[in-house]
Amino acid sequence: MNVVVCVKQIPDPAAPSALDPVTHNLDRSGKLILDDSDSYGVEMGLQLASGVGDEVILVSMAPGGETSGLRTALAMGAARAILVSDDALSGTDSLGTAKVLAAAISRAEPDLVLTATESTDGYTGTIPAQIAELLGLPSVTFAKKIAVDGSTVRVERQTEAGFDEVECPLPAVVSVTAGVVEPRYPSFKGIMAAKSKPVDVLAVADLGIDGGQVGSAGARQEVTDVADAEVREGGEIVVDEGNGAERILAFLEELKVI
Amino acid sequence: MALDNVWVLAEAGQAGPTSLSLELLTKARTIGASVTAVTWGGGAAEHAAVLGEYGATKIYDLGDLGDPGEALPGAPVASAMAALVEGGERPDAILFPASYDGRDVAGRLSVKLDRPVITNIVGMSDDGLSTQHPLFGGSQTATARFTGEGPFLYVVRAKSFAAEPAGGGPAEVVQAAAPEAGPTAAARVVSRHVEERSGPKLDEAGVVVSGGRGLGSADSYELVEELAKLLNGAPGASRAIVDAGWVPYARQVGQTGKTVKPNLYLACGISGATQHLVGMKGSKHIVAVNKDQDAPIFSVADLGIVGDVHKVLPALIEALKSR
Ligand SMILES: Cc1cc2nc3c(=O)[nH]c(=O)nc-3n(C[C@H](O)[C@H](O)[C@H](O)COP(=O)(O)OP(=O)(O)OC[C@H]3O[C@@H](n4cnc5c(N)ncnc54)[C@H](O)[C@@H]3O)c2cc1C
Ligand SMILES: Nc1ncnc2c1ncn2[C@@H]1O[C@H](COP(=O)(O)O)[C@@H](O)[C@H]1O
Repeated sequence: MNVVVCVKQIPDPAAPSALDPVTHNLDRSGKLILDDSDSYGVEMGLQLASGVGDEVILVSMAPGGETSGLRTALAMGAARAILVSDDALSGTDSLGTAKVLAAAISRAEPDLVLTATESTDGYTGTIPAQIAELLGLPSVTFAKKIAVDGSTVRVERQTEAGFDEVECPLPAVVSVTAGVVEPRYPSFKGIMAAKSKPVDVLAVADLGIDGGQVGSAGARQEVTDVADAEVREGGEIVVDEGNGAERILAFLEELKVI
Repeated sequence: MALDNVWVLAEAGQAGPTSLSLELLTKARTIGASVTAVTWGGGAAEHAAVLGEYGATKIYDLGDLGDPGEALPGAPVASAMAALVEGGERPDAILFPASYDGRDVAGRLSVKLDRPVITNIVGMSDDGLSTQHPLFGGSQTATARFTGEGPFLYVVRAKSFAAEPAGGGPAEVVQAAAPEAGPTAAARVVSRHVEERSGPKLDEAGVVVSGGRGLGSADSYELVEELAKLLNGAPGASRAIVDAGWVPYARQVGQTGKTVKPNLYLACGISGATQHLVGMKGSKHIVAVNKDQDAPIFSVADLGIVGDVHKVLPALIEALKSR
């Protein structure tokens, strides 16, 4: 079974984030890392594609030929990667991103496509359904458990009330939550091996996508303004010296909660 | 009112349309001249009164989603909506709830109509043409808008607008059966599992008591549950302890969980990561207990107790019990 895992490479969320003051796009000029949310899909993919001849293929769209995040996922054990990187993609909206990813994914002819439910930096959360629709595939979003049984994927899908058991024929797109598996840490051997694993770098033209559909030119939405939100003032800070509970109690009384 | 025709994807559960659906209908009334609800699941006739009361004059009823086994709504509902548009309907904007199925339908329809989607909306101008989004845990707000042709697809987060009835009569129900969606609609729900819950709902409770990794173990979450019960509130959680399997996902507060705006939010052993803050910062009053004086949660707390949850919470529980 071939599993494609979409992995987004993002600015380190631990570093202070910034928006470009003119374009209001997220500044992605620094080094990028593997979006932690996608490490679950990588691990799930590796566990599902463990038979002889099975492969986990990574697909990513990122600026500047960035491969740092891909190398992390290759070090975990993925076989190879397809990276779409093209200056023309700067400013692409989520539908455009989905078109690019879908075109790259279809080259790998996967039995299963895994994504995260939402990315850490963009968190639009619509890309998994968009990819599925573009590929003409069924999809199951918000998986908290996945098992493949022949040509069927069985998913426990999160719901408001609990979870649903869902069955879906392959090929399919499944988006995974962080609860789905515990991602492994790359081993030293894995890190060394990752350096020589193939990364296919493609441009928009290689995918047969009309350049007018992507990039700032193709984007049909824009950010017009970014402003500081109203700040919520911090209040009183009390160091507990055995009186902490009392202080809370007094506050609850003041609010008439009790 | 710049828009003529606004559609709202109105999800309904056993207890009728979800509160988020009613919030969307309320907003739709202010941005559009006429409001149509799109619903499925077989309860349209039953829900016509309440959907009408909140502003819908018409309901497109897609019926139940097929036999055997129920289809996941994303693909069939999007197909039905696309068919209505192709059949000549002209919604200027469609509001989707930021729910599991709402996002699936929006994503699928976006491809079918070849229109982008704007998601994570927490505010919208009165003309319905520009939207607001929290950035960096809500410390900044971005304003966005579409630059191309409609229909504009908007995915809106819960609690962004207050639901208010307008006193309209029952909406007219129009059957619009979902056309055969083909292989894209092949995912089937085999069985449903409901996790038990007592007390008020997390996103409707007046008091929310949430626990995080600072509790140290799954067992200590009992402190949070007991405190919530004593305050007639709902227990909540950070994602860290949901991922760790201590509590069900339904309890998660934050960017990928629920948005809550209770009168009182009590955060116990929660650091206050931006993704958590964005889901609870709108609470009227916030109390935090954390042993780290520099924990970011204190920057939004009206009262912060620097202390150990294993000391403060049991003492608080005792005091409440003896009242
Ligand atoms: C895409 C994405 C989406 C996310 N969505 C969400 C979301 O919806 N909701 C969410 O909550 N998080 C979300 N997160 C995760 C978030 O970034 C944090 O990792 C998470 O909120 C941390 O949970 P925590 O505060 O329980 O744990 P920690 O950050 O580990 O904090 C534990 C806190 O407990 C304190 N503590 C330890 N021992 C004690 C003690 N004995 N007494 C008192 N205090 C103690 C510590 O000082 C610390 O501040 C998301 C992350 C990503 C990347
Ligand atoms: N540029 C990208 N490259 C690879 N995968 C992506 C990219 N953007 C989004 N994805 C995938 O789609 C998921 C949802 O993204 P989003 O809709 O941006 O929240 C992400 O978690 C990734 O798995």
